[in-house]
Amino acid sequence: MEGSLNSLALLVNYIFVPGFAYGSQLALGALGVTMIYAVLNFSNFSHGEIMSFGAMITILVTYWFQGLGISVHPLPTALIALPVGIGGAILLCLLLDRLVFSFYRQQRANSVTYLIVSIGVMFVIGGITRFIIGPDDRNFNDGERFVLKARTFKEMTGLSEGVAIKSSQAITVASAFIVVAAVFWFLSRTRTGKSMRAYSNNPDLALLSGIDPNRVVFLAWVITAGLAAIAGTLYGLDKSYKPLVFLHLVLPIFAAAIVGGVGSPLGAIVGGFVIAFSELFITFAYKKVAAYLLGDGVLGDGLLQLLSTDYKFAVSFIILVVVLLIKPTGIFSGKSI
Amino acid sequence: MSFLFEKYYQIRLGLKRLPDLLRNSLLAAIMACLLAIVGFSQSWNLAFSLLNMCLISAIMALGVNIQWGYAGLFNAGIMGFAALGGLAAVLISVDPVKAAWAAGGQGLLFGFSIGVLTIYSVRFVWKRLSYSGSKRYSITILILVVGLATMRFFTDPATLAIEAVDAAKSGYLGGLGMPIMFSWIVGGLLAAGVAWVIGKISLGLRSDYLAIATLGISEIIIYFLKFEDWLTRGVKNVNGLPRPVPYEINLQNEAWFQQVTSTLDVSVVDASSLIVKACYTGIFLAVLLAVIWFSETALRAPWGRMMRAIRDNEIAATAMGKNVQKQHLQVFVLGSAVIGIAGAMLVTLDGQFTPTSYQPLRFTFLIWVMVIIGGSGNNWGAVLGGFVIWFFWIEAEPVGLWLITFLTSGMEPTNWLRLHLIQNAAHTRLITMGLVLLLTLRFAPRGLIPEAKR
Repeated sequence: MEGSLNSLALLVNYIFVPGFAYGSQLALGALGVTMIYAVLNFSNFSHGEIMSFGAMITILVTYWFQGLGISVHPLPTALIALPVGIGGAILLCLLLDRLVFSFYRQQRANSVTYLIVSIGVMFVIGGITRFIIGPDDRNFNDGERFVLKARTFKEMTGLSEGVAIKSSQAITVASAFIVVAAVFWFLSRTRTGKSMRAYSNNPDLALLSGIDPNRVVFLAWVITAGLAAIAGTLYGLDKSYKPLVFLHLVLPIFAAAIVGGVGSPLGAIVGGFVIAFSELFITFAYKKVAAYLLGDGVLGDGLLQLLSTDYKFAVSFIILVVVLLIKPTGIFSGKSI
Repeated sequence: MSFLFEKYYQIRLGLKRLPDLLRNSLLAAIMACLLAIVGFSQSWNLAFSLLNMCLISAIMALGVNIQWGYAGLFNAGIMGFAALGGLAAVLISVDPVKAAWAAGGQGLLFGFSIGVLTIYSVRFVWKRLSYSGSKRYSITILILVVGLATMRFFTDPATLAIEAVDAAKSGYLGGLGMPIMFSWIVGGLLAAGVAWVIGKISLGLRSDYLAIATLGISEIIIYFLKFEDWLTRGVKNVNGLPRPVPYEINLQNEAWFQQVTSTLDVSVVDASSLIVKACYTGIFLAVLLAVIWFSETALRAPWGRMMRAIRDNEIAATAMGKNVQKQHLQVFVLGSAVIGIAGAMLVTLDGQFTPTSYQPLRFTFLIWVMVIIGGSGNNWGAVLGGFVIWFFWIEAEPVGLWLITFLTSGMEPTNWLRLHLIQNAAHTRLITMGLVLLLTLRFAPRGLIPEAKR
């Protein structure tokens, strides 16, 4: 009995807790990608850099607040700086749309042109971000480190394996839940949200029914920018902020969006968790779990690991490729908000 | 302001009316002048190393142009193919490590045959059970897990044994010990083989899915090269690859060389490294010309006409009886082979294989900028794009630094803003590249040398 409880604690500590946090971050990112895809019909490669930009502004404001002595102690200061970061990301996105993307919308450019344009945008925003904040690693989490410490858990339950929950993980999951619920409520309950869904489903018909396309596009950018800034900040809080990371984060985010079904918000959420959990499940070494369940060394002394942890990121790409192979439309097939 | 725009349009119109040849030679001459300016103002050594990298970039851009310009395929996996070329350079030129082969060669080969067997049985089962619902997934996953576990049961001890053999110096299987120039061909073939597999998987997809899939696969390739130490030494890098050209130190020791340099009154060290670089330039130029000749001939042949027809209207081409998917696969493989050749040349030039140096920004997106700015669909455009973009990618840093130092020269030397700007000046090149790409796409989407109307 205790053996199975211990192995459960191991799985919770090394797979479920980090999986939920990372999955929420991916889900928020993928939701932004999917939103742009559903409304503007292109894959926005610059999304990672928008996340980075929003997080950067949050960090700068955090430093400023820290200088002023404002804090919300057990919680990190970044949470009260986040609204400014969101505002900055929204301004950036609206500016981008006005200066860059609206031109191609009028031209009804094809999706590859959009893709290349978004790569150009990615270069520019990435350069600006690194120019302002520099390429270094930054840790700006000044809140309490743990919600549940491994030792406290061990003392509470008497198990030999501990479960630790970092406060950044708890904050990530909680705020992702709130944000996702808000977005879904907006899309399904409000008139404006419904008009967005209608536009994504059939732009011409929506135009005919009196929906203003400019307003829909405006809202799509606002929501995307907000999601991006939140996702970027949460990722930075949880791991640490480094501008270079976001270029590589784009791929798992796209993987999440595609696995769930590009254009489907529910799919983006599910996809995020699928990617996060499979990364952890496939690269986790089950040696200790097996030892608790079956006794030491029954299954040999290998690590019992499907793929070594080096390939953690590669797993998301492998899943992406497999999904593209067997079901290119993703789990929740189809494009519509 | 409006005056400037008027002027700009006049110049643009004028450019259009110039005969193509004149315009092209003008652009080429400007490029040559830029390189010459670097030669006079900085150093000829730098100018030649720039030129060599320009040549390699041009070949890579040609490969991408074959895929994008001829057939409209968006390949975002350039980095992976270039790295495979680099891998070929290692596998061909390095001497085999016999002790490592003895330690783990057998286990590795046995493990891999199990891996191959697993993949074939998965394919077989997947096809066989196509109508049996969830059973299909569970059985496939079961075979995959069991197969992978068995494979690793054999390969893990073997790789550990290989990596333990003289870990500081080798710790990998080594190569075949053949001349490194041979690896350029092998690099092309290796990239072509992988491209065939990738193409089979992803060419049926929507164009932007293709981009994401190839981007993902190229990342997987890089991860493989980075972490499979038994094959590539991973992050420990492979240094000191043999060269197809003489070594500087040997040249400096030759009596005739010392004589020539003393009569010309130049430094022996500078002259020797210049000569080595010029040798590389000669070889690279020959390869570039060969690739251009092949692709231009192909473009003019009925094959090229067919590719353009497919690119411009797939449905019409299908109606004419062309097998679009097959042709796409063919052109994808060809273009990737060219990228693989360039990748092998790059590693040859560097003399070392560094898996961590493969970054999507530098190897995928930058090459894309080259093709688009040069003029997609035009081989000469791709070459020019390769030259221009590589030149600015390298020179944007010193020029940006100079510009920022100049602009902030009014401030105090210890002003934090000035220090910050100077410290981060390197990142201006990212902004410059992005802006150049965006401006080209907006105002001259056909590039510097547009595709010729035929």
